[in-house]
Amino acid sequence: MKYLSRAIRAWYGASPLHLLALLAAFALAGYAVRAVVAAHQWRGFALWFALAIIGHDLLLFPLYSVADLSARRFLPTRPLVPVINYLRVPAGFALLLLMVWFPLILGLSATTYGRASGLGTGSYLWRWLAVTGVMFALSALAYAIALRRAAKREVPPARMRSSRRDPGA
Amino acid sequence: MRGKSVLPKITSAILVARSAAAGAAHLAGDAVSQVVVVAREAAVRQPPGPFRPAFWRSPLRGRWLTSVLGLILLAGLPVLAITGFLSYVSYDPRLHGNDETPGANWLKFFFFSWPTHPAWLYRVNQGVHVTLGLALLPFVLAKLWSVLPKLFSWPPVRSPAQALERLSLAMVVGGVLFEFVTGILNIQDYYVFPFSFYTAHLYGAWVFIAGLVIHVALKFPKMVAGLRSRSLRRELRTPLAATEPEAPDPFGLRAADPAPPTVSRRGLLLAVGGASVLLAALAVGQSIGGWTRRTALFAPRGLSAVGPGKLPVNHTAAAAKITAADVGPAYRLVVTGRQTVSLTRHQLMALPQRTAVLPLACVEGWSYSATWTGVPLAELARLAGITRPVSALVESMQQAGSFRRVTLSAGQVADPRSMLALCLNGADLPPDHGYPARTIIPAAPGVHNTKWVNKITFLAEQ
Repeated sequence: MKYLSRAIRAWYGASPLHLLALLAAFALAGYAVRAVVAAHQWRGFALWFALAIIGHDLLLFPLYSVADLSARRFLPTRPLVPVINYLRVPAGFALLLLMVWFPLILGLSATTYGRASGLGTGSYLWRWLAVTGVMFALSALAYAIALRRAAKREVPPARMRSSRRDPGA
Repeated sequence: MRGKSVLPKITSAILVARSAAAGAAHLAGDAVSQVVVVAREAAVRQPPGPFRPAFWRSPLRGRWLTSVLGLILLAGLPVLAITGFLSYVSYDPRLHGNDETPGANWLKFFFFSWPTHPAWLYRVNQGVHVTLGLALLPFVLAKLWSVLPKLFSWPPVRSPAQALERLSLAMVVGGVLFEFVTGILNIQDYYVFPFSFYTAHLYGAWVFIAGLVIHVALKFPKMVAGLRSRSLRRELRTPLAATEPEAPDPFGLRAADPAPPTVSRRGLLLAVGGASVLLAALAVGQSIGGWTRRTALFAPRGLSAVGPGKLPVNHTAAAAKITAADVGPAYRLVVTGRQTVSLTRHQLMALPQRTAVLPLACVEGWSYSATWTGVPLAELARLAGITRPVSALVESMQQAGSFRRVTLSAGQVADPRSMLALCLNGADLPPDHGYPARTIIPAAPGVHNTKWVNKITFLAEQ
């Protein structure tokens, strides 16, 4: 028994319990998917499952990473207070709201939503623009305050200048 | 050719790893040797770009951050799963025709007869399910961000065990994204998916849960160790200027060559938490109702559904193709039991009435409370000659569409507040709310409160 366990570990790369637990999980998932197959919906199901992973890992993530890196590249290199986080927060929040509510904001579900609710989708775009505007305005205000504080701190002793933070730090 | 190019790469990787390890030695202790091993293995014929550890430079990634985000999801996702399964139970799927997702009978072990008390049960369940789902989305995205380098770890497979584990991770990552995407699209009536929402959301949840249970079982000790590796209180006091990368870990979460930080860990957690609060706060008003509905800027039945005489609607009379002739003087309600009775709306109004304040809640998370007046279902059963019906089949005059017929349980029919409502807030039912008559069942899902009812069949005990 001990020998068998060791042999499995050598070949498999983990304890036999690891293997059993994973097989149990696959069995459960397979059993659930069987019901989707029985409902003749497995093609769309599998496609959307794969698209969910690809859409996040190979599309959404690279997009927001590149957006963030480019923003940092084009921002002033030695500001008194780095501006990046004052952009990240409102832009990130606004894009998150758009990502969640785009069917209503862009009116893509206007027909089905209208038939169900008797309501229009027209106001959602304006709300999104307004909320986005307010968030950027608040962020700008917060940046102005931070800038003012930093300026007060920095100006009097000239020797303090050397301790100024690195760009983007 | 290959043999030649591999050697210098390995040597340089070892050198890099050694110098990095030497720098981190005071932080990491015995993790260092593992880092060297990981780096040496990873150097074997890596493709460029994200497959190289040096590609990942965020100084915030690390086992502590991943563990904190994991802990938050570990607290939230089970609540999401339980409210989701309760939502399924609330349809009383064991009753004839009620199961939207037939099959997989072994997965229905948790079924029970859905109660009518407390009346807010379904309202709260769905409000929590949808609002919590929105609130957890930023944490899901942050968690995925924190572990994304692992997707590109090289070589992609080191052992059969690791291959299977990666497959189970596809169930976790694909599952959580699939569930969030289908849920979020469904609450906006954006039916672009090529499957039934009910089937996909339910069985997708099982695939996700199967993967998640394994993931938690395998990672829980590492999460606990990760949480202990830094002090949360200290992190929440550490500003950007004092933010340093985490100690190297054997899992490859921390960047091999971290860039200078642009945000503190505290800042990142605050931003993710802030996004979570924002999404929830701009939606939860549609579930709470009252004046808070005005605050629900981004919710399908939030601010948009506020106005004089306005109440949220799930399915309009126009969409259900209810004509003026259907609801005119020719309207009859046919009640069947031991005997069959046909009633005009006038005759229904003449029957004993009952008024109750009851919530109406949709699977999509929105709800409202209203005053309903109508004939108790038990009264209609008596007219049909049945005192204790075991179930009732309620049918709508709506010709097509889901939920045009629903089976109610014995408990639902027996509850004195369950009624065939004729009036809403003291006036005749508006057409979109089911005129001439609709059922109102305490704690039942919205679609089980059938609108435009023209037939009720009570079943007696055999």
